Amino acid sequence: MLEMHNISKIYRTDLIETHALREFSLQVAAGEFIAVSGPSGSGKTTFLNVAGLLETFDSGTYKLDGQDIRGLSDNARSRIRNEKIGFVFQSFNLIPDLDIFDNVDVPLRYRGMKAAERTARIANSLELVGLSSRMRHLPAQLSGGQQQRAAIARAIAGDPALILADEPTGNLDSLMARQIMDLLEKINSMGTTVVLVTHDPELARRAERNIHIIDGLVADTVPASGARRRERQGPAHAESATD
Amino acid sequence: MLGYYLRLSLRSFRRAPGLTALMVSTIALGIAACIVTLTVYHGMSSNPIWWKNGELYAVTVNPLSPSQTRKAGDPAYGSSQLAYDDATYLSGSGIPKRETVLAFLFGAITSTPDQTRPLPVMIQATTGGFFRMFDVPFRYGGPWNAAADRGPEPVMVLSHRENAKLFGGTDSVGRTLLWSGHRFRIVGVLAPWHPLPRFYDLSAGDGGPFGRSADAFIPFQWGPTLRDWPAGHMSCSSQGSASSTYQGLLGSGCTWIGMWVELPTRAARRHFRAFLQAYAAAQRKAGIFHAVNTHLWTVSQWLSLHHIVTRRSGLLVNLAFALLTVCLINTLGILLAKFLRGAPLAGIRRALGASRRQVFAQHLVEAGVLSLAGAALGLALSAAGLAGVRLLYRGSAAAYGKFAHFDPIGIAWALALAVVATIVAGLYPAWRIGRRPPATYLKSQ
Ligand SMILES: Nc1ncnc2c1ncn2[C@@H]1O[C@H](COP(=O)(O)OP(=O)(O)O)[C@@H](O)[C@H]1O
Ligand SMILES: [Mg+2]
Repeated sequence: MLEMHNISKIYRTDLIETHALREFSLQVAAGEFIAVSGPSGSGKTTFLNVAGLLETFDSGTYKLDGQDIRGLSDNARSRIRNEKIGFVFQSFNLIPDLDIFDNVDVPLRYRGMKAAERTARIANSLELVGLSSRMRHLPAQLSGGQQQRAAIARAIAGDPALILADEPTGNLDSLMARQIMDLLEKINSMGTTVVLVTHDPELARRAERNIHIIDGLVADTVPASGARRRERQGPAHAESATD
Repeated sequence: MLGYYLRLSLRSFRRAPGLTALMVSTIALGIAACIVTLTVYHGMSSNPIWWKNGELYAVTVNPLSPSQTRKAGDPAYGSSQLAYDDATYLSGSGIPKRETVLAFLFGAITSTPDQTRPLPVMIQATTGGFFRMFDVPFRYGGPWNAAADRGPEPVMVLSHRENAKLFGGTDSVGRTLLWSGHRFRIVGVLAPWHPLPRFYDLSAGDGGPFGRSADAFIPFQWGPTLRDWPAGHMSCSSQGSASSTYQGLLGSGCTWIGMWVELPTRAARRHFRAFLQAYAAAQRKAGIFHAVNTHLWTVSQWLSLHHIVTRRSGLLVNLAFALLTVCLINTLGILLAKFLRGAPLAGIRRALGASRRQVFAQHLVEAGVLSLAGAALGLALSAAGLAGVRLLYRGSAAAYGKFAHFDPIGIAWALALAVVATIVAGLYPAWRIGRRPPATYLKSQ
C-alpha cells in the first residue's frame, strides 16, 4: 500500500535547516493497521504529511498503492488525496460554517459525484460513526468526541484505501479515545489500511504493528504481539522487520 | 460546482454579515460617488447648459474647399460659422422651436451725446431668441421681441456688470444709450450670467472661450444696417476673399456668423437636418459650396470639436476615480484579511482533494458575488444621488431639472475597476494558498 524508501524531508527557514525525516524507510501492506509513536518533534506528523501528499519530500522514493508519487502534478496529487486517502487530525479540522452533513460532503463534491450518490454515502458514513441524528448540527454544537467521529465519517465517505490519523485522540478523554479507536479498528476490519500516530501506548498496543520514530528515523518496529514486552532489542531495520 | 460555490459564499457571508455589509456598501459608495461626480461634472462643468443638451444645436454647413478644411486640421474648422447669405436663408426655415444668429461687435457707448469718455464695450449682435434659448436670466425687463429683430428697432439688453458700471446697478429699463450715433432703449438687464466656457460664441472676446460674456446685446440686423464690421473670428476662402466694403463682405462667402437652433423633438431634428442637407446640395450644385457637409452639433460635441472640454475635465474626473480608489482599497483590505484568515479552511479543502483550480474558483465566486452586489447597490445609490442632485438644481436650471447627459464610458470604467479589483483581491489569497503545500495551512489550526 505504502512504500517509502530513504525519504528525506528538510524544512528550510532563513536561519535553520531541520531534517524532519532522514533516510526514512517504511512499508505498510494493504489492510494493515499500524501505530506510529515517538517523542514530540521526531517527525511523525511530517511522515503523515508526506504520506498523505500534503507535503513534498526532498529525496527518496515513495510509492502509494503502486504509484510513484515523485513528479506528479498538483492536480494528480489532489486527485489522489481526494480518492485514496482519508485524513483524521488531532484538532478535527471540520469547517465551522458547514453542518456535519455538508462537512462530510466536501470530498465528495470535489470528486464530482452526483447528488444521489453523495447523499447515500454521507448517510452511510454518518450511520457508521453513529451521528445520523446529528447531521444538521454545526461542529460547534457537538462534543469533541462527536466532532472527531464526524471527521472520521468525512475521511471514509469517499471510500479511501488509506486512513492517516494524526493523534486523533489527543484532544479527547480516555473513554472517547477508546470509542475512536474502536471506530478505526472497525474501519480497518472492512479492509482499509490505517496508519495511526499516537502517544498512548495502550492504544498503540491494539495495532498490528508499532513503529517508533526518533529524530526522523524509524528507530524500531515491533509486531503487536511483542508490543507488550517492549525491551530494546537494538536498532532494527524497518525493511527487515516488515512483512 | 458553481451552485456549490455560490452556496458556500452565502454561508461565508452569513457567518460575518456585518463585515459583508461593510464591504458591499463601501464598494457601492465608491462606485456611486464616482458615477455621481462624473455625471454631474460631465453635465455641468464641461457643458454650461447641460440641462438642454440634446435640444440645442450649433449649425454648420461647411462651405469651404477641402484643401482649407485639411489645412485647419479639423473637419469642421473654418466652417464653425456661417456666411451672411447662408445664415439669412437658414434662419428662415421656421422649423426650430427657437433659433438665433450671433456675431461680436466692438464699440463705445455713451449715455449722452456730449459725454467725453465713451465706454468701450463688447456687443453681442443677436436675436431675441438668444435669451430664451440659452435660459439667460434677467434682473430687470426682458428680451426684445421678433418685431424688434425685423426692424431692427434700437433696443438693447445690458449685462449685469455693464448696468452696474453705467447705472450703479439700478433698474435702467426704459433709459437710453448712444452707440454708433444711434440712441438705443434699454429693454432688459441681465442677472449675473457667466457660462464657462462661453459655449454659444467661442470666436472672440477677452480670454477667448473662457472670457466673459458680452457687455451689451442688440438685434443682429444692426450690424448690416450700420455696416459695423464684425469683431469676432472670420474666415474666408482664398477665391472669394473679403472685400473691403461692408456690402462686399455680406456677399463674399466669408464666414463670421454663429447659428444655434433649438430642436427639442426627434421629428424637428430630422426635419431640420433634411432642410440643411437640401440647402447645401443646392448650393453645391450651383458651384457655391465645394462639398455637402452639414452638421448639427450638441453643446458637448461643439465644445469637444473646439478642444475645450478635454482641457479642463482632468481634475474632477481624477478626483472621482481617486475617491473610488480609496473606497476600493478599503474593501480590498477587508477582503484580503478575510480570505487570508480563511486560509486554514482552504487548507482543509486542499487536504480533502480540492485542486488549485477549485480553490481558485471558490474564491472567485465569493469575490465576484461581493463585487457584483457592490456594483448593483452602487448603481442604485448613484440613481438616488443623481435624483438628489436633480432636485437640488431644479430651481436654478430653469425648468430643466434633468441630467440628459450621462458618461457611459466613465461609468463603465468605474464598474469595471470595482469588479476587477475585488476579484483580484479574491484571487490573490487563492494563488498564495495554491503555491504552498496544503500542510502549511493545516499546521496553523
Ligand atoms: N513547516 C515547518 N517548517 C519548519 N520546521 C518544521 C515544519 N514542520 C515541522 N518542522 C520541524 O520538523 C520536525 C518534525 O516535526 P513534526 O513532524 O511535526 O514532529 P511530531 O509530529 O513528531 O511532533 C520538528 O523539529 C519541527 O520543528
Ligand atoms: Mg505532530
